[in-house]
Amino acid sequence: MTSVSPTEFRVPPVDAVALDTRAAELATRSIKKDAKRDGLRMVVSMTDLTTLEGMDSPGKVRALCQKAKLPLATDPSLGPVGAVCVYPDLVSVAVEALEGTGVQVAAVATAFPSGRSSREVKLEDTKMAVDAGATEIDMVIDRGAFLAGQYGLVFDEICAVKEACGDAHLKVILETGELRTYDNVRRASRIALLAGADFIKTSTGKVSPASTMPVVLLMLESVRDHYLETGRLVGVKAAGGIKTAKQALRYLVMVNETVGDHWLDPNYFRFGASSLLNDVLMQWVRLTSGTYQRPEDFSKD
Amino acid sequence: MAGKQATQSAAKPTLSFGEKWCYAPAPEATDHFEVADRHELFINGEFVKPKSGQYFDTINPATEEKISEVALANAADVDRAAKAAKKAAESWRKLPGEHRARYVFRIARILQERAREFAALESLDGGKPIREARDVDVPLAAAHFFYHAGWADKLDLAFPGERPEPIGVVGQVIPWNFPLLMAAWKLAPALACGNTVVLKPAETTPLTALRLAEVMQQAELPPGVVNIVTGAGETGGAVVEHPAMDKVAFTGSTAVGKAIQKALAGKGTDLTLELGGKAAHVIFEDAAIDQAVEGVVRGIYFNQGHVCCAGSRLLLQESIHDIFVQKLARRIERIRVGDPMDKNTDMGAINSQEQLARIEALVKSGEEEGAVLHQSSCTLPKKGFWFAPSFFTGVSQTNRVVQDEIFGPVLSILTFRTPEEAVEKANNTPYGLSAGIWTDKGSRILWMADRMRAGVIWNNTYNRFDPASPFGGFKESGFGREGGRQGMRAYLRFPGSLSQ
Repeated sequence: MTSVSPTEFRVPPVDAVALDTRAAELATRSIKKDAKRDGLRMVVSMTDLTTLEGMDSPGKVRALCQKAKLPLATDPSLGPVGAVCVYPDLVSVAVEALEGTGVQVAAVATAFPSGRSSREVKLEDTKMAVDAGATEIDMVIDRGAFLAGQYGLVFDEICAVKEACGDAHLKVILETGELRTYDNVRRASRIALLAGADFIKTSTGKVSPASTMPVVLLMLESVRDHYLETGRLVGVKAAGGIKTAKQALRYLVMVNETVGDHWLDPNYFRFGASSLLNDVLMQWVRLTSGTYQRPEDFSKD
Repeated sequence: MAGKQATQSAAKPTLSFGEKWCYAPAPEATDHFEVADRHELFINGEFVKPKSGQYFDTINPATEEKISEVALANAADVDRAAKAAKKAAESWRKLPGEHRARYVFRIARILQERAREFAALESLDGGKPIREARDVDVPLAAAHFFYHAGWADKLDLAFPGERPEPIGVVGQVIPWNFPLLMAAWKLAPALACGNTVVLKPAETTPLTALRLAEVMQQAELPPGVVNIVTGAGETGGAVVEHPAMDKVAFTGSTAVGKAIQKALAGKGTDLTLELGGKAAHVIFEDAAIDQAVEGVVRGIYFNQGHVCCAGSRLLLQESIHDIFVQKLARRIERIRVGDPMDKNTDMGAINSQEQLARIEALVKSGEEEGAVLHQSSCTLPKKGFWFAPSFFTGVSQTNRVVQDEIFGPVLSILTFRTPEEAVEKANNTPYGLSAGIWTDKGSRILWMADRMRAGVIWNNTYNRFDPASPFGGFKESGFGREGGRQGMRAYLRFPGSLSQ
């Protein structure tokens, strides 16, 4: 395990008012025509199609995988999505359904969503998902330890999970809705980046607020600074609360103007969402056909 | 996908922008309003032909194309306007405050209703991005009318025991950087306080003020309460020196302000001046650095830097100089310069050929004096007046680019080591309009603000305006305040006050 001096967890302060202002300013960009078409296409390829319910079934996961491969049956030029994200016990179903498609299988692990369990259980949870074929692991940080100021503990746990991931990519969920302050978000980002995260991710989707524009802007600034400092590109995943194509395009604007081309790539930016995709598809069909669409014309999975 | 991230080059990491996703043009429509080929003077509630018989062109600085021609008011025209204002003053001052309030509220509401048209016209005539005209100029202009309308019947409460009275006829000369907003800053308190007005907009940007005259008609404001005469310096001179003026309010350059003060000396005419600036924007090492970079951008590149309170002197604590300069250099590359009518444009055209020449001359002097110029690599349009977002490093207090107001998108960066040094450098200027302080430490903000000689001090933000907040300068930045109760004081006399 890498040893890191606690001083490395120091981060510059964040001014909340000014951060909100900048995010709101970027939200006023007007995305039209070709830019909108290109943007929507990117959003589809960056989507982690997600189902994280107690009532999930193999059938539902298979249906989701079908949608992931070919989001719009009438237009095979669109998709596939970035990944399908499920609970560990359903990984094998998704792996089988997605074999050979290039769509990644992501699993939430480490006693998701609360993270309230022992280290052993969290690592076991991770290994189970990896063994079942998950190529991406979405872990949660120990918010209890973080808010108590035990940053070393948070760091060590991420390192341990990273090791348990093997070749699978590690996304570290900060659960920013529980961290409450932007200063905390910036610090948690820093800890995850130093601990070897491949992605930092806003939320589980189980806590409100989930992803917000200012929080993602701050996380983008964190990965940008980390890249300039170390040369290591780390992705950002905005998860939860992004329901419309319009919202998603605003996030893309932030990526485009804050960190740029490296991150305009499904390997480095993702949306964690379930209902977003249908709205994007609806906008896509409107844009390509010229007529407005009804929500019920798109498959609900 | 796993393992892909290992393939990263050993070269120094750099960011790249704009290769993968370009925004399609998003032009603001112009078919929702019309611009007449010719604009007349607004005197006594009507649009009238000038006695001068002359007209001048107003052009779109982004294309150099003529938009319209505008009447040139000579001394006889100004006299006519002043007499109309004098006549209207008799009944306007006697009107109960709540009645005056109705008119001012009506103006505010009509301005809001016609916001889209005003924003587009402001952008066409002045070169500023539609985004700013839409989100800043027009809403703030309406806010000023709303705010002052609220005070119109409460002046006794605003100045308890002082028995405020209207001054009478006010001559107002306003600049080209915020044509509509400056008209609102001037007209709203004057009308709410019971004065009548002769307003002279700048010659490069007269169109929104003349359209505001239409709003006055629409609001059925009594004839003569607001008169608008257009022309250049000579017209302005005729307004401020007209004997009917009980008060003159001027916003513009320090040189002209001084000339007005000389001309009015000993005449008993009230005077307020809002002049130039060379604001210090001070960033401490404990500041929220990424937001401070945004603050600096807002401070100097907002409205192409045509802002009297622009944060044009950046004072960086030495320990963060290098990282801050890197971040700022990267950030100015992201400023979208171009067609002001495109909704995604961040920085538009320089207001006039003359102003562009002044900016170029000062930047040249900076380079000749050995300062290092950093400039955005953006492509500038061929036609029109343009200047890329720029900043200087390696400058000292003696450089002209540090001393003179450039009034363009050009920032000069200096450093300091201690708070005392920051204060000394910040105050080392003939101006004193505004300043900015970025630090995470509350006590330091107050310590600095106590010592900085500037009328407006922004903390962890910059270029934020509100009608309730007084605005105005120290030293050669002028005197008198605009906005808030303090601003209304300049449009009232207090004959009953014990203090006078």
